[in-house]
Amino acid sequence: MKLDKKIKEFTIENLIFISGILTIIFVVLIFIFLFKEGILFLKVYPIIDFLFGKLWYPISDPAKFGILPLILGSLLVTLGATVISVPLGIASAFYISEIAPGKLRDILKYLIELLAAIPSVVIGFVGMITLIPLIKNIFHIPTGLTALSGSITLAFMAIPTIVSIAEDAITSVPKSYREASIALGATKWQTMYRVTIRAALPGIIAAIMLGIGRVIGETMAVMMITGNSAVIPQTFLQPIRTMTATIAAEMGETVRGSNHYYALFAIGVVLFAITFVINFLADTFLNKVKK
Amino acid sequence: MTPKIAQKIAFVLIFLATIIVIIPVLLIFGIILVNGLPAINFEFLFSMPKEGMRAGGIFPVIIGSIYLVTLACLISLPIGVSAAIYLVEYAKENLLTRLIKLAIVNLAGVPSVVYGLFGLGLFVIFLGFGVSILSGSLTLAIMTLPVIITASREALTSVPLSFREVSLSLGASKWQTIRHVVLPNALPGIMTGTILSVSRIAGEAAPILFTVAAFYLPNLPKSVFDQAMALPYHLYIISTQIPNIPKKFTYGTALVLVMLVAIMNFSAVLIRSRFRKNKKW
Repeated sequence: MKLDKKIKEFTIENLIFISGILTIIFVVLIFIFLFKEGILFLKVYPIIDFLFGKLWYPISDPAKFGILPLILGSLLVTLGATVISVPLGIASAFYISEIAPGKLRDILKYLIELLAAIPSVVIGFVGMITLIPLIKNIFHIPTGLTALSGSITLAFMAIPTIVSIAEDAITSVPKSYREASIALGATKWQTMYRVTIRAALPGIIAAIMLGIGRVIGETMAVMMITGNSAVIPQTFLQPIRTMTATIAAEMGETVRGSNHYYALFAIGVVLFAITFVINFLADTFLNKVKK
Repeated sequence: MTPKIAQKIAFVLIFLATIIVIIPVLLIFGIILVNGLPAINFEFLFSMPKEGMRAGGIFPVIIGSIYLVTLACLISLPIGVSAAIYLVEYAKENLLTRLIKLAIVNLAGVPSVVYGLFGLGLFVIFLGFGVSILSGSLTLAIMTLPVIITASREALTSVPLSFREVSLSLGASKWQTIRHVVLPNALPGIMTGTILSVSRIAGEAAPILFTVAAFYLPNLPKSVFDQAMALPYHLYIISTQIPNIPKKFTYGTALVLVMLVAIMNFSAVLIRSRFRKNKKW
């Protein structure tokens, strides 16, 4: 009986340990299964032509697999979304943590959580019917499916991430910092932008980076809203195409084992690498906050 | 400009920024509710699609989503909670623990469409599950793992150390302590995290694009090796690929998806606030 119990506990504790290890195994598996296919592509297509080629014509003959327009498309949308979401997100984080009275703070926090919960397709759908015609009419352009529309949409998908993490960082600044500043005669606002924001800076940087990570990886909304034209972008008012949208839109139509198929996995590798670096850096900043 | 006036201006601007952030949430819900509500009736929710999805209902779509989410949850919940127990209760500060934590951060950051590629490579092709509910659920399960682990870790850490000490000092083993003292007290937190992650995977379209989603199926799925239709993918195709679809159909589908997510979200918040009120420590 007692031995039985010991065996049971031994088994359970080992299962728990294995579950912990599984997280590492999954990351390794993701890495392997992306690279396995991605490498096959680089065997037949030089990596320089892949990363810096200006033409993405996957189904013409001869096919061209240059992803520079896609990388620039992703970067442009991300840049636009960052410019919009960072000031709005950080301002909201300050409003929620430093200014808003108790009840209002709870309501705002809940609404921002709700924004985070709205599925990407739904945001894309609503963007298509509201934002796209609006942009088209304001700028008098032939289509509203532009990098700008994508940036605005994605900004609102990054904002919940930025707000919640920045708010944590702001709240964790010791009260004594603020009291010292106020006691020296500074106003609440002076305290905020001279003391609190500096003390919370590592956390705020992490918030921005995680927001950027979210935007670069976003797929459905961006596919529905940016027009998906694989050209090197010149302005925010033209259709563009991101790496994520390319994978999502084309994988269904390729033949398994074709160059096109492997090329899409190679794009996946590039995306994986970019988000890995961003998240790793963000995590380093967050650990700094904890210390 | 005196500091007082500067503060007034700054606060007004900050307030405006917050308003700009909040307006789209209300706008999205408003638009979908107003336009989608007229579509919702018994036929829409409980009958099969007809005439190229331009008539009839979205029953198989709802069922597909329920299958996917339930199975994903059944897979990821035990693994996620166990991993969290390992990190909080057993793990020592060493390289392995650091690697696990790094892996979790990394899993959380992988773009959803990359999960789709991974699911296609591993489950659909390598393991031979085909384009099926099983492949899709496994993909979604791995994707949601970091959310469940993080929420469970927080819940477990918030159980005071003294609870464990009392139990151990009464002669309980480590596992008995976890099973009968720590887990019950962490349960509301774990549930909140689980519901939130479920609501997220219910809305994900990118990971299921190549692992399970079907454009149209005449029958309901019979086993986990069948393809299925799902709400987020269905909304995507009817709003972009099918011309002349009645407007209320797209809005109706969006409404069902949003309500599903919002209800889960709201119940998670409810559990959390209840729990905070009743907290005994």
